[in-house]
Amino acid sequence: MVVMSKEKFDYFIRGGKGKYEVVIGLEVHAQVLSKSKLFSGSSTKFGAGPNNQVSLIDSAFPGMLPVINEECIKQAVRTGLGLNAKINNYSVFDRKNYFYADLPQGYQISQYKNPIVGEGKVLLDMPYGSKEIGIERLHLEQDAGKSIHDMDPSNTYVDLNRSGIALMEIVSKPDLRSPDEVNAYIKKLRSIMRYLGTCDGNMQEGSLRADVNVSVRKEGDKKFGTRCEIKNVNSIKFMQMAIEYEAARQVELIENGKEIDQETRLFDTKKNETRSMRSKEDAHDYRYFPDPDLLPLKLEQKLIDDLKKSLPELPDKKKERFIKEYGLNAYEANVLVSEKEISDYYEEVAKLSDKKLAATWMMGDLFAMLNDKGLDISKSPISAKHFAELVQSIKSGEISGRIAKEVFEIMVESGDNPNKIIDSKGMKQQSDPKELEKMINEILSKNKDKVDQYKAGKEKLFGFFVGQVMKLSGGKANPQLTNEILKKLLKG
Amino acid sequence: MSIDKEKIKHVAKLARISVDEAKVDSLTKDLNSIFKFIEQLNELNTEKVEPLTSILNQSLRSRKDEISDGKIREKILKNSPKENEEFFVVPKVVE
Repeated sequence: MVVMSKEKFDYFIRGGKGKYEVVIGLEVHAQVLSKSKLFSGSSTKFGAGPNNQVSLIDSAFPGMLPVINEECIKQAVRTGLGLNAKINNYSVFDRKNYFYADLPQGYQISQYKNPIVGEGKVLLDMPYGSKEIGIERLHLEQDAGKSIHDMDPSNTYVDLNRSGIALMEIVSKPDLRSPDEVNAYIKKLRSIMRYLGTCDGNMQEGSLRADVNVSVRKEGDKKFGTRCEIKNVNSIKFMQMAIEYEAARQVELIENGKEIDQETRLFDTKKNETRSMRSKEDAHDYRYFPDPDLLPLKLEQKLIDDLKKSLPELPDKKKERFIKEYGLNAYEANVLVSEKEISDYYEEVAKLSDKKLAATWMMGDLFAMLNDKGLDISKSPISAKHFAELVQSIKSGEISGRIAKEVFEIMVESGDNPNKIIDSKGMKQQSDPKELEKMINEILSKNKDKVDQYKAGKEKLFGFFVGQVMKLSGGKANPQLTNEILKKLLKG
Repeated sequence: MSIDKEKIKHVAKLARISVDEAKVDSLTKDLNSIFKFIEQLNELNTEKVEPLTSILNQSLRSRKDEISDGKIREKILKNSPKENEEFFVVPKVVE
């Protein structure tokens, strides 16, 4: 029997004959953010009517010649720089030949022996420490069209809007060891590319998808096992499920003394299993050769240097700075740098209010509200400025945390600034010791019996008195002062 | 390099060319003699010669990222053997 186990530092699959390590490598396909396609002037915009964004080049009419989009080249270089990778001054476009209805050219223009970006690395923050994942390469290639199989019982419909859109294929080294690491890796890549503005990372729209290579080996083995490639998985959840299924399948084969065939497999999301794609038997015979329509791509060092200078601050650097500058812990910094828009919002709030308290309230109530409403932070009903004012009101003791939650709710509904809400609704915290003492004396004289019981040793009643103060003040009594004064007066 | 009958059939299949069984023998003979001719090039010493990917001594021409094409669905679909005003229609291909 195969049992999954996830220990603190590692992820293993337990078979009857020992523990197996899972080895994973990813080929991520990231859609380049550009207005037009890689080799034609058609729009890349998502959601157009079928075949409306198709030129004669994208549909491979005879005699059409590809001309490369300079922005796509720059986007690939920026991404390479963001992955701390070597940028190749010389790269070549090749034809990858295969036959499919949504590939009108009969070949995909890709890069084979000489990709535009070479080796790099990505840092992951795992609960057991940081882990470096090697990048093998990044190359530019064309996307294919889309086949729709469920609109007609006997035919397949083909929409070529996606045909020819620029993709970056980012190939990792086989450095990943668990579904959790895959999750962290995809999120990190996505975050880096969104910071760079090179890919929107929208997995629902297919801007980010991956082929997942999985193999297993006995704990301690140096040699990799035979791998299977699971094609075109378009969500992190599915990647994780596919890996778990596939690794268990392979262990089972090994334990039963069977061989693993190196093959291409498909993840069936309905059945939650992977299965062989027999139609892809010949698929690896791609007969690559340099595309005679395209000359080699030579990049001037100056272009690379200029792009490097213009890169924004990336999540790793920003995280370090947040820890140093704002006194956040690693966890808080990690969360707040995960999206550029979140970090921008936080910095605006932190400039105007208490940095630590701002982080706490953002990661608590603000994120919960946005999550609840399904909104991105850029669409937050509370502006950074108003949020900062709320944080300051808590920090200064003007309102209690409990009242702050009420103010927060009203801010979400009305969009008003918190000071106006606090003033107009009289929500200010009662922090005047004289006023509080007066109120408490009143309560004590009304409850003489309870005071006597308290003095006789029934100290649990302290909570009752606090409750009465809160009730009388409408929740506005400063809790700390209330405690102090109550203790003093009950002693007397 | 020599090429056998199986290889001929395989390449034909990949290229979606139908090859008459009767022609396989003569094709194999022809291609082998073509390869033999090309292989004379191996006699040259090319140790320090960079591979030539193009005879044009220029670098790749590029274009600005502007939308200048598309919205010609009718024209594109006109050459499709089967269409339905919006899509190319092909025999069902299912995994």
